[in-house]
Amino acid sequence: MLEFLQQLINGLSLGAIYALIALGYTMVYGIIMLINFAHGDIMMVGAYVGFFSIAVLGSNIFAALIFAMLSCAVLGVLIEKIAYKPLRNSSRIAALITAIGVSLFLEYFTLFLLTPQQRVFPEAAFPLHKYQIGGLLISNKDIFIFALAVILMIALQYIIKRTRTGKAMRAVSLDREAAILMGISVDRTISITFAIGSSLAAAAGVMIGIYYNTINPLMGIIPGLKAFVAAVLGGIGIIPGAMVGGFLMGILETMVSGYGSTLYRDAVAFGVLILILLVKPTGLFGKDTGEKV
Amino acid sequence: MEKKRFVPRSFLIEVLVLAGIFTLVQYLIVSGLLNEYYQINLSSMCINIILAVSLNLINGFTGQLSLGHAGFMAVGAYAAVVVTTIYSQPFILGLLAACLAAGLAGLIIGVPTLRLKGDYLAIATLGFGEIIRVILQNIDFIGGPAGILGIPRYSTWPWLFGLTIFTIVIIVNLINSSYGRAIISVREDEVASELMGINTTNYKVLAFVIGALFAGLAGALYAHYFYIIKPSTFNFLKSFDILVMVVLGGLGSTTGAVIAAIFVTMLTAALQTFPAIRMVLYAVTLVVVMVYRPQGLMGNKEWGRRTWGRIWGEKNEPLANK
Amino acid sequence: MLDFNFHLEDGELLGLIGPNGAGKTTVFNLITGVYKPDEGNIIFSGRDITGLAPYTICQQGIARTFQNIRLFKDISVLDNVRIALHKDAPYGLLKTLLRTPGFFQGEIEINKKAREYLQIFNLEDKAGEIASSLPYGEQRRLEIARALATKPTLLILDEPAAGMNPNETRELMDLIRWIRKDFGLSILLIEHDMSLVMGVCERIYVLDYGQVIAEGLPEEIRRNKRVIEAYLGEEVG
Repeated sequence: MLEFLQQLINGLSLGAIYALIALGYTMVYGIIMLINFAHGDIMMVGAYVGFFSIAVLGSNIFAALIFAMLSCAVLGVLIEKIAYKPLRNSSRIAALITAIGVSLFLEYFTLFLLTPQQRVFPEAAFPLHKYQIGGLLISNKDIFIFALAVILMIALQYIIKRTRTGKAMRAVSLDREAAILMGISVDRTISITFAIGSSLAAAAGVMIGIYYNTINPLMGIIPGLKAFVAAVLGGIGIIPGAMVGGFLMGILETMVSGYGSTLYRDAVAFGVLILILLVKPTGLFGKDTGEKV
Repeated sequence: MEKKRFVPRSFLIEVLVLAGIFTLVQYLIVSGLLNEYYQINLSSMCINIILAVSLNLINGFTGQLSLGHAGFMAVGAYAAVVVTTIYSQPFILGLLAACLAAGLAGLIIGVPTLRLKGDYLAIATLGFGEIIRVILQNIDFIGGPAGILGIPRYSTWPWLFGLTIFTIVIIVNLINSSYGRAIISVREDEVASELMGINTTNYKVLAFVIGALFAGLAGALYAHYFYIIKPSTFNFLKSFDILVMVVLGGLGSTTGAVIAAIFVTMLTAALQTFPAIRMVLYAVTLVVVMVYRPQGLMGNKEWGRRTWGRIWGEKNEPLANK
Repeated sequence: MLDFNFHLEDGELLGLIGPNGAGKTTVFNLITGVYKPDEGNIIFSGRDITGLAPYTICQQGIARTFQNIRLFKDISVLDNVRIALHKDAPYGLLKTLLRTPGFFQGEIEINKKAREYLQIFNLEDKAGEIASSLPYGEQRRLEIARALATKPTLLILDEPAAGMNPNETRELMDLIRWIRKDFGLSILLIEHDMSLVMGVCERIYVLDYGQVIAEGLPEEIRRNKRVIEAYLGEEVG
C-alpha cells in the first residue's frame, strides 16, 4: 500500500506536466481542429530558454519560468502566423503535414544550433530537499511541480470562464462563422490561444528540466506524444478532459514502470490510446455527435 | 466500340521505355560505372516508390488518414528476414512471408480502427505503428532492440525494379476498376457511397490490407538491401516520411506519389553533404511546399496513357479511364 | 421525436409534405438506414429492413437523393454513375488486377449502361466533366441518375426541386412522371414546392411535429383545415 501511494505521488508530478502540455494540444485542436505536432517541441524550446536564463543569466527559477513562458508565447504565435494561418482553408492533412514540418524544424534547428549534447539543469537553481512523511518520500520538486501546475490550471480556468478573451475563445471554437458575426476577431483569438497553450508548454518544459535534470533537443517528442494521448483520453478539445487525462497518464506511467517493465512504458501510452479510441473515441468527457445527412 | 482493338501504341512505348531504363541501369551496375552511392540511392528510390504508392492507396484514394505505414513495413521486413536469415530459405519465400504477414497485420489493425474517422483514425494508426515497434523490441528471438544483422543482400536491381513496377501496375489496375471507383467513392462521400449500395467498410479494409501488404514488401526489400534491421528504424518518423511523399506528390495521384518519392530520395541524398543542416532544410521545404501548394505537386491528376498518347499523337482513348 | 405510420403501394407516387422541422428528412433517414428507429418496423416488399446497414437496404432496392446534394464532387459525371453500377461489375478482384479480356468486356458494358442513364437525364455530353462543376439543376438530375443506376424499386427524392426555377421544376415534374412509368418504380417524394407535390403525387401524407396530421388525395389535402393551420404563414399551393 505504501509502495502504491509512493508511486501515486511520483505519478502526480509527472501527470501535472503531461496535463499542462495536453492543455495546449486540446486548446489548439478545439479552436482550429489541428493536431499541433510541434507542441512537444515548443515545450523543448521552453526548457532551453529556462535552462539558459538560469545557467547564463543567473536568474532564479521563477524568473526563468516567466521568461520561458513569454518567449514560447511569442514562438507559438509566430508559428501560427507563418505556418498554419495560410492553410486555414486547406485540407486537414495539409495542415497536419505542416505541423510535422514545424516540429522537425524546431527539433533539428535546435540540434544544429546547440548540438545534440545533453545539458544538465543547474542544481543550484533548485536545491533538492526530500521529506519523509509517514514512510513516504516526497521531494520539494514534486511539491513545486504539482503546486505550480495547479496554479496555472486555475489561472487558465479563470481566463477561459471569466474574461472576455476566454469567452471569445469559446465562441470561436463553438462556431467560427457566428463568432465573426458577433464581432469577434478570429485571428486575434487564435493567436491568443496559441500564446496561452505555448506558454503552458514552456512551463512544462522547465518542469521537465527540474524533474529529469537533463534536457536535449529531441526531448519534446515522447512527452509530446504522451500528452497528446492524454488529451485524447480526456476528449480532445475539452479543457478539463486534458487535465484529468494528463494526471491519469502520468500515474499510469509511473505505475507501469514501478510494477512492470520499463521497456513497455511507452507502449502503455499507445495501448491506452487505442483502447479509448475503440471504446469511446470522443474520450472520457466527450459527447457523441453524429453526422448530419 | 466493341471491336477487338490492337494493343495501343502508348502501351508498347511504355514497355519499351521501362525495358530501356532497366537495361541501362543493369548495364551501368554490371560494368561498375555506377558507384555504390548511386546504387544505394536508386534502391532507396524503388523502396520509397513502393511505400508511397501503397500509402497513397490508403490515404489518397480511400481518404483514410493512416500514420502507421512504417509499422507494416517493419512487419514485412522482420517476417522476410526470419524466413531468409534465421531459417535460410530462398528470397522469394521471404517476400511472400513479408506480404502475408503485413497484409494480415493490416487486416487485424484495419478491422477495428477503420470505424474511426479523420484525426482519430490517424492517431489510432500512429499508436498501432508504435505498438508494433515496441513489440518487436521486446522479442528476443529477433534480436530485441538491437535488431538483426548480417542479412544477405538479395535485393538486387532486377528484384527492386521488377517489384516497383509490379506494385504500380497492381495499384493502378485496382484503382481503374469498379473496385477502385468504390474505393474513391468512400473518400468522396462515405454516407452517399453507403447509400449507393457500397459496403464501405469492406472497401476500406480491402484498400488498407493491400496498402499494408505492399508496405511489407517494401520492408522486405529494404531489409535485404541494407544488411541490418532494428525496430527503431520503423518508428513514427518513418511513417511521417512516407506520408510526406504522398502529400507532396498530391493525395490520390499515383504519378504524384512516384515523382515525390523520387524527389524526396534525391533531396535526402543531396542534403547528406550537409549533415548538420539537412533535416532543417528538409523541414523548411516541407512547410514551404505545404503553404504554397497544399494540394501537392499533382493534385489528384495523373499522367497516364492518355497524356502519353496525346504526346505521341495517338487518338484512341484507353478503355478503363474516363 | 417521431411517431408515425404510413404505407406505400407498389408503383405509387407518394408525397410527404410538412413545415420545416416536421421530421420529413428524418423519415427518409430511417427508411434508408442512416438512423435506426427506437421502436417499430420498416417493411419493404414483405421483408423487414429495420436496422439493416444502409448499403444492404440499397441492395434491397431502395435508392435516394439528398436534400443538400451529395454527389461525389471531385470526380467525373460518368464516374458518379459508374460507382452506382458497381454491383453490375461482372469481374472479380483477380480479373481486375490481371486485366483479363473479361475485365475489359465488363468495363465496356458498365460504360455503356452508365452513358444510357446519363442520356435519359440529358447529361451525356457532360460525362467527362467534374461533378461539382455542373450547374445546380444538372447536379440534381445527376443525383437522380445515380440513384436510378442502383436499379431501385423504390426511389426516394428529398426535395428534388430545391433551388430550381419554375421552368426547371416543370421539366422535373415531367421527368419524375416519366421515370416512374418507364422504370416501373414507386416514388416517395419530400417537397417544399407545393406546385410540384400537388402536380405529380397521387397521394400525400402531411407531417407535423413528427406526426401524420393528414393523408389523402392532393385535392383533399389542399382543403384540409389542420394542414392549413400547420402551414399558417407559409404558402399553400
